[in-house]
Amino acid sequence: MSQGNIGVVLPDYQLATERVADEGKVYELIIIGGGPAGLTAGVYAARKRMDVLLLTQDIGGQVMLTGEIENYMGYERITGEELIARFKEQLSHQEITVQEESRVASITRGGKVFIAYTDEGYSYRARTVIIASGKRSRPLDVPGEERLVGRGVSYCAVCDAPLFAGRDVAVVGGGNSGLTAAIDLIKIANKVYVVSAHSSLPGDPVLVEQVEQTPQVDIFVFCDVQEVLGRERVTGIRIRSRQEEEERTLPVQGVFVEKGFLPNSELAQDIVKLSEDHEIIIDLGCRTSVPGIFAAGDVTTVPEKQIIISAGEGAKAALSAYNYLITTS
Amino acid sequence: MAFLKGDTKGQVQKELEGLSGKVKLVLFTQKQDCQYCRESRMLLEGVASLSDKITLEGHDFKGEANVVQEYKVDRAPAIAVVGTKDTGIRFYGVPAGHEFVSLLDAIRMTSVGDSGLSQQSRELVKQLTVPVHIQVFITLGCPYCPKAVTMGHKLALESDGIVSDMVEASEFPQLASKYNVFAVPKVVINEKIQFEGALPEPNFVQHVMKAK
Ligand SMILES: Cc1cc2nc3c(=O)[nH]c(=O)nc-3n(C[C@H](O)[C@H](O)[C@H](O)COP(=O)(O)OP(=O)(O)OC[C@H]3O[C@@H](n4cnc5c(N)ncnc54)[C@H](O)[C@@H]3O)c2cc1C
Repeated sequence: MSQGNIGVVLPDYQLATERVADEGKVYELIIIGGGPAGLTAGVYAARKRMDVLLLTQDIGGQVMLTGEIENYMGYERITGEELIARFKEQLSHQEITVQEESRVASITRGGKVFIAYTDEGYSYRARTVIIASGKRSRPLDVPGEERLVGRGVSYCAVCDAPLFAGRDVAVVGGGNSGLTAAIDLIKIANKVYVVSAHSSLPGDPVLVEQVEQTPQVDIFVFCDVQEVLGRERVTGIRIRSRQEEEERTLPVQGVFVEKGFLPNSELAQDIVKLSEDHEIIIDLGCRTSVPGIFAAGDVTTVPEKQIIISAGEGAKAALSAYNYLITTS
Repeated sequence: MAFLKGDTKGQVQKELEGLSGKVKLVLFTQKQDCQYCRESRMLLEGVASLSDKITLEGHDFKGEANVVQEYKVDRAPAIAVVGTKDTGIRFYGVPAGHEFVSLLDAIRMTSVGDSGLSQQSRELVKQLTVPVHIQVFITLGCPYCPKAVTMGHKLALESDGIVSDMVEASEFPQLASKYNVFAVPKVVINEKIQFEGALPEPNFVQHVMKAK
């Protein structure tokens, strides 16, 4: 992003499009998701000599969208890609089948096994399942947003920030990811507006201070976005103050949506119990409402969503699945 | 700035061990008005030093009109990837960050002379009757982008009628704004056909076939 930051990201080679999963057999465990939770579950399950299939859209999950990580133990600071490269390296020494570019649409029960159906039309069977499908960006849900995706509305600050050099932009959301996006954009954009629905910016104080002290930044707290304006491309956003009930338009060419997250729980909604926030309800052993189905990480009701927490939850889920298999067979 | 140091170097070297045929990287740089020309040269020098199958040929974009014409490059930094013949694989801007993967992919597929495309895609692109120019706009921090870049490059390798460019958007802002690039990856095919996102192979190829 900034000029000093040029380096290279190393590849990981396991040809992604290759089909390695076997539709004909019954695995002992299917893990859904290749983020910290799923990859850690994979290592733990493989070390228990379980016959494991890991189905995932990608390897790395949200960690691939993270620049620097400073709170994963063992590394004072490490980039998201590097951390995932190390996770993969560790997983590659285990006996486990990894099927990338595979999106699970639903899970059903068929007798003593669970069946995972993918978008691509495949189905895989196993005696236990760990759902570790994480979460994704929450959309603004206002008029104009959908029409202007890719025309100024962005959900990936690390991807799209450099495209807004010298322009005026808004970041919607004052949590850590919003503030990090704002800090990245300060180096590139002309003016940065930060819009938060909270009465003060809810992110970590170090980040809040950094943003508040930058003269190019204007902060609007206690405000909701009403509409994204523009026909062919974004020309502004209309915001409304909750306190004064007054509206104003911010003239921007870019809108970075950082409003928190939605759990990727749709694949499980017909089979396990979800919370009001659509998170998969789990107990301390990562057990869901259905015996044999476990869940781990950001897709669950576990309090706090962090890499180290997801990794720990993945480990727990794998051991719970293992114990379930020995006690039920 | 050293791109490839100790640990990284060893890993890249390992990645390059499987090369069979020779690959020539033809690099065009210029002294002025170029953000990453120096970095491009250093990166390619680093890569070329790690395998005896890879050679680097440097040219001055401003001063060597005949070579510029031969490879039909129109700005710098530019890289043309050449195997037994010119593949049509191009990089405009430095293939660092996430795009380093695309560079290694391009080298590898050129060396083994196999795009790795499905049989179905191969059959389809044989039906193309017009020259196709694919431009894939990216940024270096975008984790989804290499997939789109490499897809374009596979098609270029597969078909003599296809040229496919990686275009690093912050090096070429005028071009990015000409094509209204506000999200990456953005793919532009023969100027008219445009889409965003890293599409799976069949969908990508479908868009390319609209060019005929
Ligand atoms: C910008 C940003 C910065 C962050 N910074 C930090 C930080 O500094 N420190 C920290 O500890 N945490 C940070 N986090 C949070 C951290 O990334 C997450 O808590 C962690 O990645 C959650 O891991 P997970 O495995 O539960 O889910 P995810 O990382 O979301 O992984 C989910 C996986 O499931 C796959 N998947 C989803 N749906 C399906 C499906 N239907 N079928 C198949 N596969 C599917 C996805 O492809 C992905 O591989 C950050 C997050 C973001 C977005």
